[in-house]
Amino acid sequence: MPPLLEVKDLKTYFYTQSGVVKAVDGVSFSLEDGEILGLVGESGSGKSVSALSIMRLVSDPPGKIISGEVKFMGEDLLKLNKDEMRSIRGHKISMIFQEPMTSLNPVLTIGKQLTEAIELHLKVDKQAARDRAAKLLESVGISDSNRRLDDFPHQFSGGMRQRVMIAMGMSCNPKLIIADEPTTALDVTIQAQVLEVLKSMVANTNTAVIVITHNLGVVARYADRVNVMYAGKIIETAKATELYANPRHPYTIGLLKSVPRLDEPKKDKLVPIEGQPPDLTNLPAGCSFRSRCPYAFEKCAVETPPLLQVGDNHFSACWADVRKAVPAKK
Amino acid sequence: MTQQRTSPSSTKSTDNLLIQVQGLKMYFPVNAGLIIQKKIADIKAVDGVSFDIMKGETMGLVGESGCGKTTTGRCILMLYRPTAGEIKYEGVDITKLKNSELRPLRRKMQIIFQDPYGSLNPRMNAGAIIGEPIVIHKLIKSKAEYRERVESLLSEVGLNPYMSDRYPHEFSGGQRQRIGVARALAVEPQFIVCDEPVSALDVSIQAQVINLLEELQDRRKLTYLFIAHDLSVVRHISDRVCVMYLGKAVELTDRNTLYENPLHPYTKALLSAVPIPDPEVESKRERIILTGDVPSPLNPPPGCNFHTRCPIAIDICKSVIPEWREKDPGHWVACHRV
Ligand SMILES: Nc1ncnc2c1ncn2[C@@H]1O[C@H](COP(=O)(O)OP(=O)(O)OP(=O)(O)O)[C@@H](O)[C@H]1O
Ligand SMILES: Nc1ncnc2c1ncn2[C@@H]1O[C@H](COP(=O)(O)OP(=O)(O)OP(=O)(O)O)[C@@H](O)[C@H]1O
Ligand SMILES: [Mg+2]
Ligand SMILES: [Mg+2]
Repeated sequence: MPPLLEVKDLKTYFYTQSGVVKAVDGVSFSLEDGEILGLVGESGSGKSVSALSIMRLVSDPPGKIISGEVKFMGEDLLKLNKDEMRSIRGHKISMIFQEPMTSLNPVLTIGKQLTEAIELHLKVDKQAARDRAAKLLESVGISDSNRRLDDFPHQFSGGMRQRVMIAMGMSCNPKLIIADEPTTALDVTIQAQVLEVLKSMVANTNTAVIVITHNLGVVARYADRVNVMYAGKIIETAKATELYANPRHPYTIGLLKSVPRLDEPKKDKLVPIEGQPPDLTNLPAGCSFRSRCPYAFEKCAVETPPLLQVGDNHFSACWADVRKAVPAKK
Repeated sequence: MTQQRTSPSSTKSTDNLLIQVQGLKMYFPVNAGLIIQKKIADIKAVDGVSFDIMKGETMGLVGESGCGKTTTGRCILMLYRPTAGEIKYEGVDITKLKNSELRPLRRKMQIIFQDPYGSLNPRMNAGAIIGEPIVIHKLIKSKAEYRERVESLLSEVGLNPYMSDRYPHEFSGGQRQRIGVARALAVEPQFIVCDEPVSALDVSIQAQVINLLEELQDRRKLTYLFIAHDLSVVRHISDRVCVMYLGKAVELTDRNTLYENPLHPYTKALLSAVPIPDPEVESKRERIILTGDVPSPLNPPPGCNFHTRCPIAIDICKSVIPEWREKDPGHWVACHRV
């Protein structure tokens, strides 16, 4: 059976005054039913644009998907017309954004917003849609759900609104949910509450999830597999347990070393990744991480490393073998 | 409450104390009415907080959004006039001072803000931003001395002196935060409130700024109040940590005790909610998931204000405010159940 989602050599560029931004530059990955994929990487590395490209929501102009395939349940989404794409969005694939207040309509009740999509996509009558909406609210931990359907978004707290977004994302039995920083704006205790709800819901329905986050802890807790992005490319991918135990790309290693851990007493000094994130309009030849990389050598300046297999289901885009090479001291 | 102190041992002398906060309250009035504004309620942003900060230490301040961390920090700097309580700086209660008497003190206490984008004037270049406080406080005699000071500050925070002609939008987030640090250092302060100094930065850049703050502390013998909601960062940088909930301090102790032996149920929940970047560890961890939402500081619950979300609350918690007491030497907590 083909995977649920198969992205092949996706490229999305932005044509701006300061030049061409290669936001997503040859991304390939696949996803099975029920799998939770974590997408991590520096700010500006192309995580959101990857997600928006899959949903065909990149603003054009200035953005353009210039090549690639996005096969979803065997069908290339990039070849669908607008109407066909609209019926996929919010039904078979749904997206949860970081800012619930901007994605909820402030003048419509929560109930209205939930039932509209249910009536449209599941083709049920008003009462059945309302019953389903109430059940969904309950399942994301909002009590007294039947009455709360008549409330407006501003009557809910930030954490509750984010849970409403999850309910909405789940409302039409999607096969895939893309959650872009779903809890970044929330406090840790509320974040835990929201993510636990999401996790148990997708486990019950075998829904696949792509979760975009900069929080390495969230990925460790929830993801089955992880893609690490840098400057528009996936530079490492592996099962979560493997990636954390045995990271192979110098950027991934740097990322894991630079965060302090709650469960460890103070180490002397954090080990930061030196230098600045790259300018996507003006990427150097070769590997785009090389100017910050302690393992870089001549070849890295000449040839861009492809994803190379380094273990079971584990790929890393690096010419150096970090297990043998000695990092340069700055 | 009586004159209890929160230094590690109550018997210690007060010589090494830089700041003593006692019963601090900061209420913001809520007004209503179109023409004649009338106060209808108070937001109890900070509602009776006491702690000390010793010279050269980093005191971490954590808690959820809106619990009063920033307000506490701003009160200590006397950017707000507190509603009640005292704040002693080297033994002097600064809440009693007139503005003119505060001025020389203001130089000793600085703040670094969360938002490296919003907190720098976009029309001033980096040099002018860093140099402004030097001019305001008249710390230099000549133009040449001014340039020298600005350049040495730039290199002290790891920026290149030639960058002093650049404007904020030409810097990355991490670089802008370094400019904010250099500006705070310009007047040679003793004490800096770091209000979420790395929260807006990319993970890969956060470590650079944290290391910088630690190096500067060593070199210049600085004292920090470090406000953050990332508990892992706070564990790394703080000597002691104070946990706040809805305007009140709920627990305070040294960092290792707090993380290894938390007493307050809120601290326990907060720590267990932080995911650890290690799938092996995560798969074995027990979690305490709190239910419900944080109540509003406009209308905090009676008794212990955590009782509405507390997994171990009993009757007394609903009516009696728990006392802030030193359960073990140096370990302060406000809970009926410990
Ligand atoms: N509408 C746009 N016009 C021009 N450039 C854009 C546009 N949207 C995104 N980009 C650029 O594309 C690149 C990738 O952006 P993207 O939003 O995918 O980053 P990200 O990995 O999601 O980062 P973050 O963690 O900050 O959300 C960035 O350099 C960004 O500036
Ligand atoms: N100037 C003000 N006027 C009125 N209310 C205020 C003012 N400043 C803060 N508040 C209120 O006081 C409470 C505490 O705010 P504060 O900014 O101290 O919280 P915080 O702990 O720093 O939160 P965060 O983590 O979101 O920065 C909040 O309810 C806030 O809305
Ligand atoms: Mg993004
Ligand atoms: Mg604050």
